[in-house]
Amino acid sequence: MIALVDYGAGNLTSVRKALAAIGADAWTPSVPGELGRAHGIIVPGVGHFDSTRALTDEWRTAIGTMVNDGIPLLGICVGLQWLFEGSEEAPGVNGSGILAGRCFNLGSSRPQDLETSRPLKVPHVGWNSIALPRRSRLMAGVKDGSQVYFTHSYAAPVTDDAAATTEYGVTFSAAVERDNVSGVQFHPEKSGDVGLKILSNWLAHVV
Amino acid sequence: MLSKRIIACLDVRDGKVVKGVQFEGLRDAGDPAALARRYNVEGIDEIVILDVTATIESRQARAHTIAAVATEIFLPLTVGGGIRNEDDAAAAIEAGADKVSLNTAALTDPGLITRLAKKYGSQAVIVAIDASSGRAGLQSCPGPRYEVFARSGTAAAKRDAVEWAREATDRGAGEILLTSIDRDGTKAGFDCEMTAAVSDAVNIPVIASGGAGTFEHFAEVFGRGHADAALAASIFHFKERSVSELKEFLAQRNIPVRQN
Repeated sequence: MIALVDYGAGNLTSVRKALAAIGADAWTPSVPGELGRAHGIIVPGVGHFDSTRALTDEWRTAIGTMVNDGIPLLGICVGLQWLFEGSEEAPGVNGSGILAGRCFNLGSSRPQDLETSRPLKVPHVGWNSIALPRRSRLMAGVKDGSQVYFTHSYAAPVTDDAAATTEYGVTFSAAVERDNVSGVQFHPEKSGDVGLKILSNWLAHVV
Repeated sequence: MLSKRIIACLDVRDGKVVKGVQFEGLRDAGDPAALARRYNVEGIDEIVILDVTATIESRQARAHTIAAVATEIFLPLTVGGGIRNEDDAAAAIEAGADKVSLNTAALTDPGLITRLAKKYGSQAVIVAIDASSGRAGLQSCPGPRYEVFARSGTAAAKRDAVEWAREATDRGAGEILLTSIDRDGTKAGFDCEMTAAVSDAVNIPVIASGGAGTFEHFAEVFGRGHADAALAASIFHFKERSVSELKEFLAQRNIPVRQN
């Protein structure tokens, strides 16, 4: 059973449908105490980092305990950003701190299109390619250069935990993996066959 | 590099595709899910369901159509047409839409943009602007250069498309879907001047719509039109113009497209 953590940040329908399509059983725990029966945990998220404020200390403790027990955790979009220490988007809100680093505004470097020199739009919306700096379970069988669907204004830095990187004016972590903790900045549930493959890769390590 | 998106629009009435229903080799010709499936195989980047039904029962029919497409196609899915309030948006999103497209409702109640952006995030809110450069009755300075029309192009909103796009962005819209009323259905090409004017004025993606007739038209709107995405309906419904052929054409012109 996959616990899909609903902390009120947007809509979980598409994640739920994608999980159903790859044969995963998922439910939405209503209190942190229910997390104990999860075989895997997904922290989704769209919108503002501030929304992760709704992940109270009780939720954070429950998720942390499960992660320490080796239960696979997957963060999607803002859920990936939450794996880090925090974000420029909401400086007063702490991330989980499972991974080192802080998320930054893609717009602060005033990114430009290399060919036309026109300013790049932020948010970064659409299909962009991923580069794979190392082997990872999450990206097993995924081709370097595959395109996935992004929609975000803030991004995580490239660290040793990066399992995929993407360039949009700057290079950021498109996917991270460290032991049983993974995250994707893009939306695998909206990235066609490649996205379903990545979700299946994660699911394969949920026992 | 970020790809230019190709978006297919399905005009749906009572659960059936109603525009350009001449897709050869498709057993279930009017079925939106069947058409969406074909586009998915051909490499479409995104799908828009434009519901042209205007009845009270339409919300339920729309939910059925959305769910049928969203259950098997894992691409961004936008629903527009008849999204008048929070309840309409909630029903579409619960059925599986990732984004809703607001048109007339945004003009009459601009606060709706902000309320939906707060609830679902800006990425879920598209403001659709139908505008005309030829029909502008208000040419006198400082009148609008690109006159915005509401109610499917029938009612002048007395606003300029560039100024309205800026306001919609400030209010929380995540993307602009800009349709040229002059070009819609003509296959004479996108209105590149209007698209560039709007695209350069806002920092959110602009989807160009109206006038696609040839592959060259797409290259033009991504080039001098500064469009981030292009939407078309009938050009794709005819099987001889496939999405994959269009993408090959654009790639040869060094326009970045997704070819997984």
